[in-house]
Amino acid sequence: MKKSVFYGLYILIAILIVLPFFIPNAFYMDLVIRMAINAVIVLGLNLLIGFAGQISLGHAGFLGIGAYASAVLPTHFGWHPLLAMGAGAAVTGLLAALVARPIFKLKGHYLAMATLGLGIIINITIRNEGTWTGGPDGMPVPSLGLFGFDLTSDKHWYWVVALLLSISVWASLNLIDSPFGRALRALHGSEVASQVVGVDIVRYKVAIFVLSAVFASLMGSVTAHYVGFVTPNLADFFHSIELVTMVVIGGMASVYGSIVGAVLLTALPQALATFEGWETVAFGAILMLCMIFMPKGLVPTLAAKFGKGEQ
Amino acid sequence: MALLDVKDLSIHFGGVKAVQNVSFSIDAGIVYAVIGPNGAGKTTLFNLITGVYKPTSGEIRLDGESIGGKSPNELATRGVARTFQNLQICMNMSAIENVMVGAHLRLDRNLIKAALRLPSLKRRDAEMREEAAELMRFVGLEQFIEARADCMPYGALKRLEIARALAMKPRLIFLDEPAAGLNPKETIEVDHLVRKVADSGVTVVLVEHDMKMVMNLSDRILVLDYGKKLAEGTGAEVRQNPDVIAAYLGAHA
Repeated sequence: MKKSVFYGLYILIAILIVLPFFIPNAFYMDLVIRMAINAVIVLGLNLLIGFAGQISLGHAGFLGIGAYASAVLPTHFGWHPLLAMGAGAAVTGLLAALVARPIFKLKGHYLAMATLGLGIIINITIRNEGTWTGGPDGMPVPSLGLFGFDLTSDKHWYWVVALLLSISVWASLNLIDSPFGRALRALHGSEVASQVVGVDIVRYKVAIFVLSAVFASLMGSVTAHYVGFVTPNLADFFHSIELVTMVVIGGMASVYGSIVGAVLLTALPQALATFEGWETVAFGAILMLCMIFMPKGLVPTLAAKFGKGEQ
Repeated sequence: MALLDVKDLSIHFGGVKAVQNVSFSIDAGIVYAVIGPNGAGKTTLFNLITGVYKPTSGEIRLDGESIGGKSPNELATRGVARTFQNLQICMNMSAIENVMVGAHLRLDRNLIKAALRLPSLKRRDAEMREEAAELMRFVGLEQFIEARADCMPYGALKRLEIARALAMKPRLIFLDEPAAGLNPKETIEVDHLVRKVADSGVTVVLVEHDMKMVMNLSDRILVLDYGKKLAEGTGAEVRQNPDVIAAYLGAHA
């Protein structure tokens, strides 16, 4: 990978620094924060789907575990929010590893089915354990205190999320251009060839699955604290699909595509609100057109058009 | 002791006996060719020895250690490399990255270190990139060092596979039809390349249909037909073997 891929990161950081001065009101601030949170989740998911060529249709479930860990543990057990966040990530990681290990020994669509099932099970569990989770109504989340400083204002949240996004992009770019990342991309390109050069493909698939699940869980916790309230919808199937769509529209195996996908699909429902009741139809039509004319996703297609190597 | 010892090796796919009781041994440092008509079981034999298929029965020993049924990545750690008849190049990566993947086991694969871009890791990676470029020059791909794999012509990709295999620093390399689909000029170049690889001290096992190349390069030849061993020996011995002549020319011996 050339040095130039990091220019994108510098541009991103520059945008993130000046952006708050152009955000007119709280509504847009909220939208931008949600975009950034989604971008981090999609980045993790793209490592799995775009780079390693595996699929997860239950990522919202992992997000849900993180979110509810941050809601339930401090509320009912008095845990420190950061500890709860860590516990949520740890449980998610373990669960992902436990599920992935046997699944990745198989080929084909088993992973899609298994992750789909897992996501649904997590969602049902959250809905049914009403005493702890508030059931379908959801529950409030205590605010996140960092170093004796309560994170409540949107301005503060913005900087936290912007920092998380910048770090995630940097780490993802590093990972992709490393022996680990090359092994991941190689097993996507040819499983047998990567095995023959010594890549333990099951181990690598499990590792990236766990990593992206933990990404989702951590950002689930962040979402929970930011919104101050969690509902089971956060962990439902439609949210999982939405995340996968962000990966596909933005561009598979494209770090910057992940951000573009997250930004567009977070903004689109707002922009389409004028269609009143038809927004889902408009949304679907846009997705279909994107897939027909840009099957590789926005960023890779545009990058190819303007003749630049895109990562 | 032979580097590779294969004894009574068989694999059955349902009722199809693709390889049946094949035995042979390969000494270190030679070029060993496996020939036979289409469907004779040559690639299947390669897949068995390199761990892609698990043998139904029989024994494979590398340096005296049994390796039958081990996975390809385990065999890679023991210095067994291979190329593929139907290309297995990662088209989602650049040419040089394909070669660098070949050095997978020789690099630090730690995820955390990679994500944090530790200088030690980056330095090693830069060295590896230089080494990979050197390997690409070795196989005659100097003009493709900066290329994307999906933009390269077929003949170049064949050689890219060899470069990737060499990046493992193998002891034993299996080349599955390195000259298939190449024009006569390219075939001669691959012929020279295989010779260079063998001269660098790597034991070469070759499946090839180009008889001129096989006779020219190989120290010993194994002939397969319908999954069975038909003959084994030097080029001259094999050429005079009546069974081999019958199999190739269809005469009833």
